[in-house]
Amino acid sequence: MLADVFSYLTDGANWSGSSGMGAFLVQQLLLTVTAMVVAMAVGLPLAMYAGHRHRFGFLAVNVSNVGRAVPVFAVLLVLSLGPVGSEVFGPYGRAGLATLISLVLFALPPLITNTYVGITEVDRDIVEASRGMGMSEGKVFSSVELPLSMSVIMTGVRLALVQVWATATIAALVAGPGLGRVITRGFANHRTYEVVAGAVLVALIALVLEGLAVLGERYADPMRRAQRGSRARDLTPREETVPDAVV
Amino acid sequence: MSAPAADVAKCYVDNSWICGQYWTDYRPELTDATVQHLWITVVSVVVGLVIAVPLALLARRSPTIESLVVGGTTIVYTIPSLALFSLLLPFTGLSPTTVIIGLALYSLTILVRNVLAGLQAVPDEVVESARGMGYSNLRLLTRVELPLALPIIMAGLRVAAVSTVALATIGAIVSYGGLGNLLLQAVGNQFKAQIFAASLLCVLLAVALDLVIVGAQRLLTPWTRHAR
Repeated sequence: MLADVFSYLTDGANWSGSSGMGAFLVQQLLLTVTAMVVAMAVGLPLAMYAGHRHRFGFLAVNVSNVGRAVPVFAVLLVLSLGPVGSEVFGPYGRAGLATLISLVLFALPPLITNTYVGITEVDRDIVEASRGMGMSEGKVFSSVELPLSMSVIMTGVRLALVQVWATATIAALVAGPGLGRVITRGFANHRTYEVVAGAVLVALIALVLEGLAVLGERYADPMRRAQRGSRARDLTPREETVPDAVV
Repeated sequence: MSAPAADVAKCYVDNSWICGQYWTDYRPELTDATVQHLWITVVSVVVGLVIAVPLALLARRSPTIESLVVGGTTIVYTIPSLALFSLLLPFTGLSPTTVIIGLALYSLTILVRNVLAGLQAVPDEVVESARGMGYSNLRLLTRVELPLALPIIMAGLRVAAVSTVALATIGAIVSYGGLGNLLLQAVGNQFKAQIFAASLLCVLLAVALDLVIVGAQRLLTPWTRHAR
């Protein structure tokens, strides 16, 4: 069994061609990156504004609860059979647009909730002190709130990335694009080694993406960098947030 | 006398999303799928909880074990459900066990963190007073620490239950996905009424389970009713 999986993964023939693992891998990475860029471009500014103003908190927090309760599979199906359709969409493959929209929809909740919570949980006294020092609203946001909440925001980005990768895998269940196709093809042909080979590949890349996100999280957190030299006291101690739903 | 074709409901012919006739015609299928969905979810979350509590108790004994447990569960959480069920396939085959192990692992991740956070949130003074009153470790845990940790544990249980309902649909890949089975069937025949019904029931099931847990929490922790 394990030998079959290994030989499947190391056979170059299985990687080449339009339905080889190579093409599916590129397709899924492309979907993931596009969806993350779109979701961050839309979600981060909205949540940052709401957080800075301390408004729309109910919406910002509950969007995650709704995101958890709605099955990814259902959304993919409804979109691909609904108005968006399941036509080939450029390099994103069959049902590409429906998949992209679903990915963005499921990336938004962790991004929005973490960004909002991160910014609103910055110590009010510090924010007031900065205003008292004569900082403009923009300056308060960019020099105080944003640096102090960066680690929570980046955790949201990491959760969204994990979610998007998992959702992109499920797209194959509705005959969409991506590496999940290797898994569904294995099931359809009763080839367990192919199922497992696809799963191993998907899981390994998920772990690599998670690792990269953790590195990005450390790199992007100005508080962590600042503390490396001087042993400054952490201004905003907080627990690791509960991870969001995977799909 | 009318021809059979005339009896076919218009919404079947149009393949509408909302079709009242579907709900009556397919009542047995919908009931079976919902029942399967519910028991797979409940068993998975309960198994997750039963493993999470001792794991959390073990983890709070040393920071090393804690980081091992938290790190290990994070890795499991990173693996997409479709891949996780597929990885279990050679061991447990096309059975409900495959789905339950996978879902239990996911709920375990959420629950272990919340049980830990809940226990850590118990004030030290309370623990000290209980010790001073001569409470044994076991009595301290069951009479003081776990009850005080309950609100945070229940919050984790809500998250675990709701996300497990949604995730269970992916179990359809090994034919045990409850309402997910109906969704997978509809991929082939594009039966929109079925997709709508199964999706709606799935969300309703998540909401219902959430309400049950909230209700249970109110009964179990009456002292939080006014505080929160």
